[in-house]
Amino acid sequence: MSSDFKKTKGISIVLCGAAGQGIKTIEKLLVHALKSSGYHVFASREYMSRVRGGNNSTEIRVCRDEVSAFVDRVDILIALSPGIRPNIMERVSKETLIIGDKDNVGNEFSEDLSFYDASFLKEARELGGRVYANSIAAGVIFGILNVRRDVVKGMFDQIFSSKGGSVVEKNMDAADAGILKGEQIRSSQGLYLEMTSLSSREERIALDGSEAVSLGAIAGGCNFIASYPMSPATGVLTYLASHARDFDIVAEQIEDEIAAINSAVGASYAGARSMVSTSGGGFALMSEGLSLAGVMETPVVVHLAQRPGPATGMATRTEQGDLNLAVYSGHGEFPRIVLAPATIEDGFYLMKKAFNLADSYQVPVILLTDQYYLNTFYDVPVFDVKSENNRYHIIKADNGYRRYEITENGISPRSVPGYGPGLVGADSHEHDPWGHVQEDFVLRKNMVEKRLKKLEDLKNETIPSYFSGAEDFKYLVISWGSTYPVIEEALELLDHDDVAHIHLRQIYPLENLLGEHIKRAKKTITIEGNATGQLAMLIKQTTGFSVDTCITGYRGLQFSVEEICDRLEAVFEGKEE
Amino acid sequence: MDPSVFDLKDVDIQWCPGCGDFKIMDSLKSALAELAIGPENVVLVSGIGQAGKTPHFMKSHFFNGLHGRALSNATAIKVSNPGLNVIAIGGDGDMYGEGGNHFLHTIRRNPDITNLVFNNMVYGLTKGQASPTSQIGFKTPLQVEGVINEPVNPLAIAIAQNASFVARAFAGDVEKTKDIIMKAILHKGYALVDIFQPCVSFNKVNTYQWFKENTYYLGEDHDPSDAVEAFRISVRKDKLALGVIFSDTNKNTFEENQPLYERSETPLYMRRPDTEKLSKLIDSYK
Repeated sequence: MSSDFKKTKGISIVLCGAAGQGIKTIEKLLVHALKSSGYHVFASREYMSRVRGGNNSTEIRVCRDEVSAFVDRVDILIALSPGIRPNIMERVSKETLIIGDKDNVGNEFSEDLSFYDASFLKEARELGGRVYANSIAAGVIFGILNVRRDVVKGMFDQIFSSKGGSVVEKNMDAADAGILKGEQIRSSQGLYLEMTSLSSREERIALDGSEAVSLGAIAGGCNFIASYPMSPATGVLTYLASHARDFDIVAEQIEDEIAAINSAVGASYAGARSMVSTSGGGFALMSEGLSLAGVMETPVVVHLAQRPGPATGMATRTEQGDLNLAVYSGHGEFPRIVLAPATIEDGFYLMKKAFNLADSYQVPVILLTDQYYLNTFYDVPVFDVKSENNRYHIIKADNGYRRYEITENGISPRSVPGYGPGLVGADSHEHDPWGHVQEDFVLRKNMVEKRLKKLEDLKNETIPSYFSGAEDFKYLVISWGSTYPVIEEALELLDHDDVAHIHLRQIYPLENLLGEHIKRAKKTITIEGNATGQLAMLIKQTTGFSVDTCITGYRGLQFSVEEICDRLEAVFEGKEE
Repeated sequence: MDPSVFDLKDVDIQWCPGCGDFKIMDSLKSALAELAIGPENVVLVSGIGQAGKTPHFMKSHFFNGLHGRALSNATAIKVSNPGLNVIAIGGDGDMYGEGGNHFLHTIRRNPDITNLVFNNMVYGLTKGQASPTSQIGFKTPLQVEGVINEPVNPLAIAIAQNASFVARAFAGDVEKTKDIIMKAILHKGYALVDIFQPCVSFNKVNTYQWFKENTYYLGEDHDPSDAVEAFRISVRKDKLALGVIFSDTNKNTFEENQPLYERSETPLYMRRPDTEKLSKLIDSYK
């Protein structure tokens, strides 16, 4: 390995080991200590669908500049247990420094790779048990990156204090042993990364996608969540449940997804700001309930955390394969909004927005994320809680109140039972303005038109896309969801002056301007984590313009910066995908 | 209060003449009126089926949702605004078939709602197929050689799950059904009232006469807190008991178990997020 980081920026460290071995603890220790030391930090976790064993990994990027994307490059691989998986092995190069126990993992790597035998296990046993191997490994990284010992001590105090002073001390001894090794490696390998001081930078927060989305829900006034655990959507349910007491939230782990969505719609009828968090399979079960929200014009927010399908697919892996599901699910015709956050901070702001849009338009709003997004962590500016006031539209029902009054813009003033003397009805059938079932064909036509009319206003309030690159572009790259930072870093590296990038944050309805941009492009390319180019199809359907090239990915893993560089470059060079 | 406060003007009631549902609706209106619960204080929640249409035939707040999901809707409505009287209404197919899983789990949650099941042991709206409570041997256009599956025993299931209130009524007896419904509404916690309801169009076996001959009212001496006795009564097949079979008055409700109602009874629609607390939480990620 050299100090020449010619491609992607910073240092990329990959930790891998078996489930249940404590990788998450080291990861936590590393990212917080590195952040406290003034670095920007990115971490992304991938794991197998099992509780114990297997081989999971976390990529940690440490950088002087902001860093928010996954790279293939591995500068340092810390291998804690054997059985390293192909998705890691294929990224190990002669530039990679492998740190591990020769006896434990040595035979998995070819002779010509650079391997540093850290004897984690032997030293850990001397310190009192295998469990200390993690702290030694963390210490090695601290030594290499020259993290101050008091910062490390502070982290250990935080993480292990509940387990007693001797645990902190023993782990610190283990870390010290690691730090020594790390310092040796630093001097012998010529590794050096300049430190920035904390005070020179604004204060930032570091959190993952699940946390950002959950905080956005709280900010948006969410006070009801009912969901059934399903990877990778569970984090949001867990987060809101663990903060239910502080933020007055009803958080219920419910018997199935059908009950989840029907509870959310019921709660919303009574005036709660309700949501569900689920993945594709669970959302498929919710589609009748989504249609119910549509006909009842009941606001509801769905967090749809994508993983590869069909059916059970790959439970702990990532994909952007549910765009069509989000846009088209539910029988009958009714308006909806589909959003997809581009970054961690966007997860907060869009989720907050989702609740307000749902309330304003009385429609279901779906927030599309994915496993990669939710399990990825980096530092971002502190969220502004007061960025935009929540919009509440519930009115008092007077006598004679009609819940489904036909109005100019299709939105009927919404009341809830118990607020005023008027009665509030809601019906899954086609209904009259009071909400009572009627088989009247004129009424039916009026009600369909009333509901669909909301879509017109919705189109004029779309959330703007992110635009970057040349104003006078030849190539237009269009993407959505979690790929934003990856594509941005790739474009920065490619550094072409004739490329622009539009990253959509609202998937449905699409913004009116999109067609105009495509018209100006010589070549339009979408990048999406699915096999069939679902966004490209939606663009064609909405704007009438065909996308020239779809860069797709459907292995179950996220795109890396390098992969996007290579595949985009091929397109620019005229080698079609 | 006069039960007529619940009458809707110009309503086209779609039930067949002689249907037991008319009588149950009369019992329900009288029960609410006697308890002085007006239309503005009650939410009728239903699914799909003939029973599920009830909210369209009387005056109140209502939520007529999807087939089988009324208990999910009702639990959520109650927990979002505990001040409302929430009554979930459905037939045997709706509550015990399509919604069977929600039935089990709603008992576990114990929301303070009333669950009226109009049990006619047949599917009316889809024209005469077997229901989950149809008796073995019951012939229909679909079960041409007779039902072969064991009928669901909702009372035994509910008692086995320690439901907080389990009762059975007979639609033909408007007065006694009213009394049972009143007890169910007054009971704190989930209250199941399974109501035998003759279907004059599709069930020629379990008729008014059949129910009269095969049911009996529990006496004054029955102790509804005795779970074992209640279970024994619920599994009897020769004679079917009517009245409050089981009740447990010492259970917390789903709403009471929510931390957010410990300090204040304010319903969810009036609550706003605590931005100061949220800022602090966000700052903890520094």
